[in-house]
Amino acid sequence: MYEWDFSILWNYQWLFLEGLGITIAFTAATVLGGLAVGMTAAFCLLSPFRILRATALAFIEVFRCTPVLVQLIWCYYALPMISGIEMTPVTASVLALSCYGGSFYAEIIRGGIVSIDRGQSEAAAALGMTPALAMRRIILPQALRRMLPALMNQSILQFKNTSLVSVLAVPDLVYQGQIAAHDSFRPLETYTAVAVSYFMILFPLTLLVRHLERRLGKSE
Amino acid sequence: MSARTPKIEIKGLRKSFGSLEVLKDINLHVDPGSVVALLGPSGSGKSTLLRCINLLVVPDGGSIRVGERTFEFRESEKLPRARVLAEFRSRTGMVFQNFNLFPHMTVLDNVIEAPIHVKGLDRKTAIEKGMEQLERVGLADRASQMPDTLSGGQKQRVAIARALAMEPEVMLFDEATSALDPELVGEVLQAMQKLAAEGMTMVVVTHEIAFARDVADRVVFMRDGYVVEEGPAREVIDTPKMEATQAFLSHFHKGAQQRTA
Repeated sequence: MYEWDFSILWNYQWLFLEGLGITIAFTAATVLGGLAVGMTAAFCLLSPFRILRATALAFIEVFRCTPVLVQLIWCYYALPMISGIEMTPVTASVLALSCYGGSFYAEIIRGGIVSIDRGQSEAAAALGMTPALAMRRIILPQALRRMLPALMNQSILQFKNTSLVSVLAVPDLVYQGQIAAHDSFRPLETYTAVAVSYFMILFPLTLLVRHLERRLGKSE
Repeated sequence: MSARTPKIEIKGLRKSFGSLEVLKDINLHVDPGSVVALLGPSGSGKSTLLRCINLLVVPDGGSIRVGERTFEFRESEKLPRARVLAEFRSRTGMVFQNFNLFPHMTVLDNVIEAPIHVKGLDRKTAIEKGMEQLERVGLADRASQMPDTLSGGQKQRVAIARALAMEPEVMLFDEATSALDPELVGEVLQAMQKLAAEGMTMVVVTHEIAFARDVADRVVFMRDGYVVEEGPAREVIDTPKMEATQAFLSHFHKGAQQRTA
């Protein structure tokens, strides 16, 4: 029978905390980057210009239909060969995860915008608002409220996907866990602790999403 | 501009949606301070005509003049630029069947939104003027409420105040009472009647024949994209000359007989 001993992990507390900090920073960066990419792609999808629509659609499908692990490795090793721009593991990770998340955010944002009643943009137009002003003041605020649960769900996935950056030797929570496991010869305890850390952060967030969904469902 | 010059002048207006011709050579003029009611069965093109007046629907041919601004339409020609359209629309008010209030803003914010962001009024002035408009429709005490806490009739009166806050030259009403419960129709018609009495130029698409008869100066009866009959409101409604108008109004007159009997 295996004897569990978690006390040994105490020696690695700074390693864990550092890893957790990097994981959270990566999530924040790729959620913001992903939202920027997603918002741009969504507006392209809704654009009257065919070329923009086609480009955005192609971009989204490429990133939705390939594994994010492959994208990470490709951005780090293959992209510099094509573009001639040297990539650090961090820039390659942020780029790949932002584009991956962005391709999913794009569909959520587009769906949220088209779900707003046509009467709203008509009323805005009748008051003399330009389409851009109506989008900013009338459509987006309503659409964002409606999109919020879906955007948060996608961001929770984004949080978990940052664990993949460990393959590029970015010292996130998983990577630091690996170091601690090798060093302590206690992989079972270490990976259990890593899993528990993810769970403790994400579980309250999923509860929050569920609460938001219920509240939105009631008010509409 | 003399009082004789019509406020709205429409000439040879045409509009098709795909192969469906909804407006066929429409000519219409509305004198300053007068009320014109557009009547007709559904699908007659009256709503489309109303939406052409503020270019929510862009016509295929003909011309539209509102106040001093004229637009000519030819099939080959490009649409007016977004900024030109917006500027033009800011001088016509429109009230919709489904109110279309902005649900994420309070009643007052609905009213001051366009004056601030379209006209560039400062917030303080916009609030003052906005409250005046809410006063006018009797809803000043609801200023801080959200739209979904109001009844349908109150929502529509807020929508009227919102349109008036832009100080438009003309007001367009697109079946403003059709989505209301019967007991709420009266308060909205009352607000419209008051507006007409104050000298606002109005074009009203409505199914309320009695209202058209009492409040409108002129009635335009449409069917299948044509103006079938047009004239002083009482004359057209009480003694319609054309068969289509007689048929359309027969229900109304039957009802009136029963009411008086």
